[in-house]
Amino acid sequence: MSIFNFFRPPPRKSVAEEAKERLQIVLAHERAAGSSPDYLPILQRELLAVIAKYVQIDEKKVEVSFERGGDYSTLEVNIELPPPSNDKAARARGTGPVTGGDAKKPPAAAAKRA
Amino acid sequence: MAKVIVMTSGKGGVGKTTSSAAFATGLALRGFKTVVIDFDVGLRNLDLIMGCERRVVFDFVNVINGEAKLNQALIKDKRVENLYILPTSQTRDKDALTKEGVEKILDELRKDFDYILCDSPAGIEKGALMALYFADHAIIVTNPEVSSVRDSDRILGVLASKSRRAELNQEPVQEHLLLTRYDPERVERGDMLKVDDVLEILAIPLLGVVPESTAVLRASNIGMPVTLDEKSNANQAYTDAVARFLGDTVEHRFMKPEKKGFFERFLRRTA
Repeated sequence: MSIFNFFRPPPRKSVAEEAKERLQIVLAHERAAGSSPDYLPILQRELLAVIAKYVQIDEKKVEVSFERGGDYSTLEVNIELPPPSNDKAARARGTGPVTGGDAKKPPAAAAKRA
Repeated sequence: MAKVIVMTSGKGGVGKTTSSAAFATGLALRGFKTVVIDFDVGLRNLDLIMGCERRVVFDFVNVINGEAKLNQALIKDKRVENLYILPTSQTRDKDALTKEGVEKILDELRKDFDYILCDSPAGIEKGALMALYFADHAIIVTNPEVSSVRDSDRILGVLASKSRRAELNQEPVQEHLLLTRYDPERVERGDMLKVDDVLEILAIPLLGVVPESTAVLRASNIGMPVTLDEKSNANQAYTDAVARFLGDTVEHRFMKPEKKGFFERFLRRTA
């Protein structure tokens, strides 16, 4: 039989199976988003502005998440800092990250993600 | 103690009003005094499905505003004992519904009825929120289709956070899944979500599966709840669902394609 199967196209996922997978993915996201407080995007933006005053950071490397537990909830802020060598090099060139003007700019990318 | 049931779905066109009419009729046929209320202010349709559109004089909003008494607005069904309809206003908008107003009427109805069934409008706006706010039970009407399942999930979230039971930290609203317009043949072909798929995703108890049926359109054309249509399988599915709701153990039907006889198969192939 296997030789006949060889010529047959591989069994494809049915559209119903695809529907189920898509739903599971989209609902997992929506359920997570639905339980977080609505101040998270603003919090993320403001945190970013403060940190950007002192350290040069990539807007895409900031993660703010909120997890609701039974007795308590946790707010997790995860910021990935650039490797120290880059920072030093920037300072040496005199274009250090400590510039007031830059920090005030609203980090558009962060707002969009949230 | 009267129970308040909301028939809701989030998405429109999945069969909320059809199911409300069928379910309320089913409860009344089992001997429970039942009233079904149309919460879709401005888009009145329950009266048409129940076949009492020409008997509407006063409506739900009139009673809320004190322009009519509850008895004047309630319409007694002519076919089924114990069944009453409270139609909604066709001219006003959803803002005519207030929490206080709805509560007052529900409290009055509670004294007299065993079951109060609230037919929710689509969406998650005021009308839908009012319909589900006071609920003890929620029947989530879902089609085996991605947008309907997603919206059902959303409305389950709303029930868990915005109902009165949620706000007062009481026992949560009891959820029931009613899967309508199910087509076992398309499921068999892999073209439609299976009952089990929807159950796995929504994770609420299954109240019933109503097969796609020509009887539903036929019944609505003549203003007759499907549960009064003698031999249709939609009728049997709703009657089973009512029985399960009341605590009976009834096996699920209509989930497999009907077995065709030799001649039928032969005819279909040659046709």
